[in-house]
Amino acid sequence: MKIIVCIKQVPDTNEVRIDPIKGTLIREGVPSIINPDDLCGLEAALALKDAHGFHITALSMGPPQADVALREALAMGCDAAFLVSDRAFGGADTWATSKTLAGAIQKLGFDLIITGRQAIDGDTAQVGPQIAEHLGIPQATYAHNVEKVCGENAFVVERLFEDCRQKVKVKAPCLITAISGAGAPRYMTVAGIVAAYDEKTVDMLTFEDLKGFVDEGDIGLKGSPTQVRKSYPKAAKGQGIVHEVSEDEAVEIIVNKLKEGGLI
Amino acid sequence: MILIICEQRDGILHKVSLELIGKARELATDNRVVALLLGHKIEGLARTLVDHGADKVIFADDEILAQYMTEPYAKAACAAIRQENPEIVLIGATYIGRDLGPRIAARIKTGLTADCTFLEIDAETGELLMTRPAFGGNLMATIVCPNHRPQMATVRPGVMLAAEPAARNGEVARLDISFEAADANIEILETTKISKEAVDITKANVLISGGRGMGGDFSDLRRLAEILGGELAASRAAVDAGHAEKAAQVGQTGKTVRPDLYIAAGISGAVQHTAGMEESALTIAINKDPAAPIFDVADIGIVGNVARIVPKLNAGLLEVISNR
Ligand SMILES: Cc1cc2nc3c(=O)[nH]c(=O)nc-3n(C[C@H](O)[C@H](O)[C@H](O)COP(=O)(O)OP(=O)(O)OC[C@H]3O[C@@H](n4cnc5c(N)ncnc54)[C@H](O)[C@@H]3O)c2cc1C
Ligand SMILES: Cc1cc2nc3c(=O)[nH]c(=O)nc-3n(C[C@H](O)[C@H](O)[C@H](O)COP(=O)(O)OP(=O)(O)OC[C@H]3O[C@@H](n4cnc5c(N)ncnc54)[C@H](O)[C@@H]3O)c2cc1C
Repeated sequence: MKIIVCIKQVPDTNEVRIDPIKGTLIREGVPSIINPDDLCGLEAALALKDAHGFHITALSMGPPQADVALREALAMGCDAAFLVSDRAFGGADTWATSKTLAGAIQKLGFDLIITGRQAIDGDTAQVGPQIAEHLGIPQATYAHNVEKVCGENAFVVERLFEDCRQKVKVKAPCLITAISGAGAPRYMTVAGIVAAYDEKTVDMLTFEDLKGFVDEGDIGLKGSPTQVRKSYPKAAKGQGIVHEVSEDEAVEIIVNKLKEGGLI
Repeated sequence: MILIICEQRDGILHKVSLELIGKARELATDNRVVALLLGHKIEGLARTLVDHGADKVIFADDEILAQYMTEPYAKAACAAIRQENPEIVLIGATYIGRDLGPRIAARIKTGLTADCTFLEIDAETGELLMTRPAFGGNLMATIVCPNHRPQMATVRPGVMLAAEPAARNGEVARLDISFEAADANIEILETTKISKEAVDITKANVLISGGRGMGGDFSDLRRLAEILGGELAASRAAVDAGHAEKAAQVGQTGKTVRPDLYIAAGISGAVQHTAGMEESALTIAINKDPAAPIFDVADIGIVGNVARIVPKLNAGLLEVISNR
């Protein structure tokens, strides 16, 4: 079986700060990481590899710097890595991103696709289901555990919703979106890192390489139905008063505030 | 015309559906709001949708729709969109909505804006301006969909206001659709409700919320909640550590709440947390770290040790109450 894991390189949004004067996002010095849900997806795939010897391909679309993220995936144990990268793909919304990734996936061939649930920068959680739609395959979202069904080309997926847990069976070919599960993502090993840089390769896929799998009108800015009209840092709520006082005074302040608000 | 794709589970309408109808009434330039209701034996819910502002309810009733499954729901929703040709389609940004929405948008080739918290019509162009948080809540982005119709958005539950129900007249019509066995392309083996009795924190007026700083002990907070007639809530760190129910999690991947009072105890105030509580009318934060970001969204900040302040606060409140 062949599994493709989609990984996105993202800025660590916990480190993103707002420039208090210009009011813009400060991105300099913010580390790039593999999107956290995608690490969960990689772990789910690698656990299947451990148990069944499946072949795992990591796939990313992004600028050439995303090479680092794919090397990390190789160092964790992936067998192959592809970077979909071309100026023509730039500015894509989730429709065009998913269409492009679906084209690459079709070219590479697959039985199972695993994406993260949500990327921490774009935060849409739309790319996984949209890849599944473009490929016309079933999806099982919010998966925290994936197991292969013995003797069948199918998986049992445990899903987590707001109010319930659900176990579903889904036949390959299919797509799963991963959330954090029982097993924490494994670390890269030293041997893995050496192999990722010395033995394994990250292969580039340009628009030219994907011709026949995705049309010019469906990629990049042109292929994107949505546009970002404007973006701005979230306005901080008017700051309240912070008291550094004794515990008894603190209690008094709170009690008075609750009385004032008619809450007691 | 605006189409709302409503959500029901086990015959109970999700309140986001009513919130979206309420918002759609405000936005619809031709003053027309249609609700799509999918499920099995759910026709009775149409009345509620009409009373909350839908001019028309289209429903599909089929056994295959009894439990949510992506493909049958996507098929029915796409059929309704093709039939009604709406300008705008709104879906609740629940787990189900965010599973279904992208599938529909990809199928009919239109844009989808995720998890919106603000919607308005551009007075000049008539376009829907869809505003949403991104980058973990650090950035707000306004998205448009200029050349494709319908304009689609998933909208975060708890941010729009439902209209007060009133006896209204509305048309109720059956959607012309048939399903095949192959539409059920996954097999649901088992669904287990998570803690059935778990309270719905989005409905509470007072929320007492604890984080990792509680050191795993929520007993004093529970007492505080009892005294103030509120419910317990929590940060994700507390939920992940098993100190609180998942249903009590506030924030980007939890619930959005806007109670009259939110007390944050031992919560650092990561953007993913504050995204879910910053609309609270009064926020009181207790944290030992004077630089904790929670103080940026609090009306009253107390620098100190929760393990000592909360019991004292409980005692102080009981005294006030018993002296009445
Ligand atoms: C501020 C802002 C707001 C935006 N809002 C919207 C919007 O509302 N609607 C819209 O259509 N577009 C929107 N976009 C564009 C969108 O962010 C990009 O299309 C992005 O490439 C994919 O979306 P995402 O980051 O939300 O990924 P998600 O859909 O959250 O990602 C889910 C999973 O898909 C996989 N994946 C996603 N991107 C890649 C990739 N490049 N390579 C490999 N795997 C990937 C990963 O496994 C990931 O975990 C927005 C962009 C910005 C900057
Ligand atoms: C994609 C994504 C989604 C997320 N979604 C959510 C979400 O929905 N909700 C959510 O809450 N988080 C969410 N998070 C996690 C979030 O980033 C934070 O990690 C989390 O909110 C931290 O929880 P905390 O404040 O309880 O813990 P910490 O950040 O560890 O903070 C503990 C605080 O307690 C204080 N403290 C410690 N001891 C004491 C004491 N004795 N007295 C007083 N104060 C004390 C400390 O000073 C500290 O500020 C998400 C993260 C990601 C990446």
